[in-house]
Amino acid sequence: MSDHHVIPVRVYLTIISILMVLTVVTVWVAFLDFGFLNTVIAVGIACIKALLVVMYFMHLKYSARVLWLYAGAGAVFFVIMMALMLSDYRSREWFPAPAAWEVTTTAPATSAPH
Amino acid sequence: MSSHSNAHVAHHFENAEQQRQSAQLGMWIFLVTEVMFFGGLFAAYTIYRSLYPEAWVVGSHLLSIKLGGFNTAVLLASSLTMAMAVHAAQTDKQKASANWIILTMLLGFVFLGVKVVEYAGKIDHHLVPGPHFFVDPMAELAKLEAAGIQVGQHLRHAFEGANPNHIQLFYSLYFAMTGMHAVHMIIGAGIMLWLLVNTRKGVYSSQYFNPVEVSGLYWHFVDIVWIFLFPMLYLIGRH
Repeated sequence: MSDHHVIPVRVYLTIISILMVLTVVTVWVAFLDFGFLNTVIAVGIACIKALLVVMYFMHLKYSARVLWLYAGAGAVFFVIMMALMLSDYRSREWFPAPAAWEVTTTAPATSAPH
Repeated sequence: MSSHSNAHVAHHFENAEQQRQSAQLGMWIFLVTEVMFFGGLFAAYTIYRSLYPEAWVVGSHLLSIKLGGFNTAVLLASSLTMAMAVHAAQTDKQKASANWIILTMLLGFVFLGVKVVEYAGKIDHHLVPGPHFFVDPMAELAKLEAAGIQVGQHLRHAFEGANPNHIQLFYSLYFAMTGMHAVHMIIGAGIMLWLLVNTRKGVYSSQYFNPVEVSGLYWHFVDIVWIFLFPMLYLIGRH
């Protein structure tokens, strides 16, 4: 067990430099047009920054493996929540609701699924 | 395993290292609940952005990248000073640790101060959701053009198609997300004060610095939330 693992200060200075550079990069690329990839790039850079903070500032890289399990669980459950909610909202207009559900609306759904 | 008896080890722990790992695990479990807490807000943001992309573009254009970017740098710097506070506590430099804690707290206050300036601007411009909310996308577009900003076809379409009610929704989420983040910052500043008092009292040493370390985990987590909030609120749809 790594008893009292002390991370050298130069590692912290390297990490903060990378974080600052990535902040400048994320602002810069936001003004370039990559279509839908702009969002992917912005979230991707944010994920890299978050990973650097977690691994080095939060010492996860040097921590007991059980902590990796918990940190990973946080990420996995967040992804599950997003995937289920988005698949619900994004698929709602794919099929018309059954006529019996249309209680409050005046016109029944007539359009075929597209 | 340390052989010397340690006054800081509670009776139900085998040794200092086990106690330290338990403290870390406890904080990480709390942080996982925090991920789900902020995750709900991020999910709401993502769903409404996918439904009303134009409104999100307009809403993001009314935020200041200069202030948001400055705050990002301030918060990242505060994470460094927090890491240095833990480092100093680990290496028995308690005086230095106290100074790093003060610096972390001050950077936290700088962040909150800038946030106050931003919120005041939003109040002045009637961008607080509620009966006084008002936004005219076309007038905002004219302002951008008057400022000499290149307005592309994509951007023009967004401003023309945005529904003011949906922009109000963007600002509801903006205030909910940055507001909850600011509450976490205020709690963090309180924790720093507590750490400072205990450090000055000489409670911590290289043998016992768990509170400094787990408070650091909390502070870094709050930093990570902002790392995601900044691009999602300020930078989305700038091109």
